[in-house]
Amino acid sequence: MKYYKNTTIVIILIGLLLQLFAVNVNAAPTTNMELSQALAGLGAKSRKKIINSVKKLGQIGDPAAIPALEALQERKLRADANGRIYIINDDGTSAKEALTGETYTGAIDDLYTPIINNRVRRVIKTVLARLKLKSSDPEVRLLAAKHLAKNPREDASKEIQTALEKETNDEVREALALALALTQIDSPRKDQRLQTIKTIAESGNLKFIPLLKGVLAKDSTGNFIEPDAEVRKAASKAIKAIKRHMLLISTIRNLFYGLSLGSVLLLAALGLAITFGLMGVINMAHGEMLMLGAYSTYIIQEIFKNFLPGLFEWYIIASIPVAFIVPAVVGMILERTIIRHLYGRPLETLLATWGISLMLIQTVRLIFGAQNVEVSNPSWLSGGFQITQGLLLTNNRISIILFAVFVVFLVWLLLNRTPLGLMVRAVTQSRSTASAMGILTSRIDMWTFGLGSGIAGLGGLALSQIGNVGPELGQSYIVDSFMVVVLGGVGKIAGTVFGAFGLGIINKFLEPFTGAVLGKIFVLVFIILFIQKRPQGIFALKGRLADG
Amino acid sequence: MLKDILEIQSKRAWVLTLLLASIMVIVIPILNVVVPEDSVLHIPEYLIPLLGKFLCYALVALAMDLIWGYTGILSLGHGVFFALGGYAMGMHLMRVMAGEGVYRSELPDFMVFLDWKELPWYWYGFDHFWFTLLMIVLIPGLFAFIFGFFAFRSRIKGVYFSIITQAMTYALMLLFFRNETGFGGNNGLTDFKHILGFSLHEPSTKLGLYITTAIVLLLSYILCRYIVYSKLGRVLTAIRDAESRVMFSGYNPLHYKLFVWTLSAILCGIAGALYVPQVGIINPSEMQPANSIEMAIWVAVGGRGTLVGALLGAGLVNGAKSWFTVAYPDLWLYFLGAIFIATTLFLPKGVVGITNLFNKKIKNGGK
Repeated sequence: MKYYKNTTIVIILIGLLLQLFAVNVNAAPTTNMELSQALAGLGAKSRKKIINSVKKLGQIGDPAAIPALEALQERKLRADANGRIYIINDDGTSAKEALTGETYTGAIDDLYTPIINNRVRRVIKTVLARLKLKSSDPEVRLLAAKHLAKNPREDASKEIQTALEKETNDEVREALALALALTQIDSPRKDQRLQTIKTIAESGNLKFIPLLKGVLAKDSTGNFIEPDAEVRKAASKAIKAIKRHMLLISTIRNLFYGLSLGSVLLLAALGLAITFGLMGVINMAHGEMLMLGAYSTYIIQEIFKNFLPGLFEWYIIASIPVAFIVPAVVGMILERTIIRHLYGRPLETLLATWGISLMLIQTVRLIFGAQNVEVSNPSWLSGGFQITQGLLLTNNRISIILFAVFVVFLVWLLLNRTPLGLMVRAVTQSRSTASAMGILTSRIDMWTFGLGSGIAGLGGLALSQIGNVGPELGQSYIVDSFMVVVLGGVGKIAGTVFGAFGLGIINKFLEPFTGAVLGKIFVLVFIILFIQKRPQGIFALKGRLADG
Repeated sequence: MLKDILEIQSKRAWVLTLLLASIMVIVIPILNVVVPEDSVLHIPEYLIPLLGKFLCYALVALAMDLIWGYTGILSLGHGVFFALGGYAMGMHLMRVMAGEGVYRSELPDFMVFLDWKELPWYWYGFDHFWFTLLMIVLIPGLFAFIFGFFAFRSRIKGVYFSIITQAMTYALMLLFFRNETGFGGNNGLTDFKHILGFSLHEPSTKLGLYITTAIVLLLSYILCRYIVYSKLGRVLTAIRDAESRVMFSGYNPLHYKLFVWTLSAILCGIAGALYVPQVGIINPSEMQPANSIEMAIWVAVGGRGTLVGALLGAGLVNGAKSWFTVAYPDLWLYFLGAIFIATTLFLPKGVVGITNLFNKKIKNGGK
């Protein structure tokens, strides 16, 4: 804001007094001769005079003029015979002085209404936008910046520059940068144009591409609109730079989403791969273990909501053991009662476990209803890191990736550094030899089945933080986790990790090009072709076990 | 030739087959048309398409038994072949009613709704009945052949094959759910008006379709019986029981598996094509993975490796489903789940296994 030193003490005092009594504080932050003179000009009879006054107000740059300009635009501005101007109040029957807010005492009908046309309106709009750049409301600033970008005027560039330096809101900054570029890209000075293009290239914003393309355009006679070859070259370079930047961002984003999807798949498929390696059975109810894990999380959330509202933020931590144990126990019961009796008949096991999954789904549906239940993110899991424009890494997805890594590490420890893990590996390699060495293979089966189901439950917990929780939750992930097992093979954790992240990332990279559905089909075709290349390394057991 | 065919089953079995066939083809239509409505023996109109539906399922079960019961390959993708045949028939029915839809357009209604201006190329030809018949066989057949070729060539078997077919089913279901795929998306194809000039709402047309289905089922049964009785059928069973030994004996299992897999898919497609005009709708939910798994349980309940068992199982499970979903809709999934578990745990040979056990006991007692 500009303060004029020649302002007389009297006026300051009057101003202060007025401010004390002012009804509308915005109306009169300060008063000075130039401002009031320019404002008085708005009430002039000649349109030329009005335009000049509006422009003058723009130069003064005092937001105090905003109400008067808006009133003029809406035909609510009036002038009395002394050249003082008034704004009609919303009720339409009273008026107040434009700067001081004094209520007008005379008859409103006696006042003169300045006549404006579209040319005046255009000037008012631009000036208003320039004044509003100084508003404290970011929404107002954004609108103003957008207006300036639509009607670029070179004389506004300095103000935009200052506003840009002060601006803290990202969205407004972007709009301002665009407006600034637009005011300067047509500058007669070559260095200014080059400088602008350079700034645009550094911003890496996709929205500037049409602007740069304008620089490269030809007119109807086939000549370049931009006369200077150097500027044109800079513009085409800038386009390439921006596109490269956007590609980088979308690659990182796909990678991130792919990793988080892969993490869920990993948790879902890890248990499947272990039990398949150990017992050679496919558990069709494995997806329902995910579902049980997610519903366990939901129950813990409800308990915390109702009984421990103070600790609600931490319900997710308390859910971890529950989401592991509930599916693990269910899994062990299933193994003991049903699957144990079907050893050596993998296809029958598949059908029996499908039957189990139907019953589990129906049970959950009868208890919790067929609709999705709501599992909310604790506040420390919502939000995220805005790395750059268009790249938001959300906390819940980051946590899922870390959580999956943590779980995989624990499983690795369990399998490779504990007696139970040793026995699991022994039974996986050769059931009969392990049995002959005194390992109780059926007990190992039970524990492993419980472990696999429990890991799936943790996958369900992770899923509850990024997706819907409903009775059919497991069904939508089971096909993908089978594919992970097919792709990654069994017996080695590394294979599953590779398969899960590979599938997750491929899925996310295909999605923008093909859509989610065709992406899935491509992945399936890819897997089938992949098997052609590496059948024995990926699935079929070698040697004597090949026909088993 | 005729002698060869007569040899495929015992005289007693032939008598039974022909008896059952004549009940299906002659007696039931008579009970429907000739017997007065107030008679106890009268078969009401609404039952005819339902019976026709069951016969289609029985045909599916035959196809499933051929590939699973005899060859030991558990397909979780037969719903796809069923739906592909159904869609081929549905496309024909949509084409022959051009101009009679809600929008009176030459295009099917859903295309008008999507604001499509012309017919996609893959809809060409379906206005001819002969072309449709060809496609009902060719589309599922070719698709199965290509899929099977790649899968069997890399020696995918057991549960791996099952889950790959399930993924295939899932992917195709998603594909058919898309509006852009051009098969009516979510709603599928429906509101059919007539077939070969006969209105689909006429009882006589329904009866005609039912009789056609029954005859097709009978012929398919004879074909399947012929195959499993032949040397080819022996090789298939050998593949089921010890594939490596079959290979070591100089046979290439790929050819046998591919043949029976493709044939099974074609039978399934024919079943789908007969199903659609009787039910009046085909949509992507037919391709749900759950449907394909249910097909396996029909065979398991009846008894794998026996054609009669497959037919019986399809009837039993679907009969139970029709009754349960009306009487106790909440309990149906429990019951279905229980069937899956009980059959695999206690009845590995299905219902037919019980009767065989019974017969054996009688025989042993007679000794």
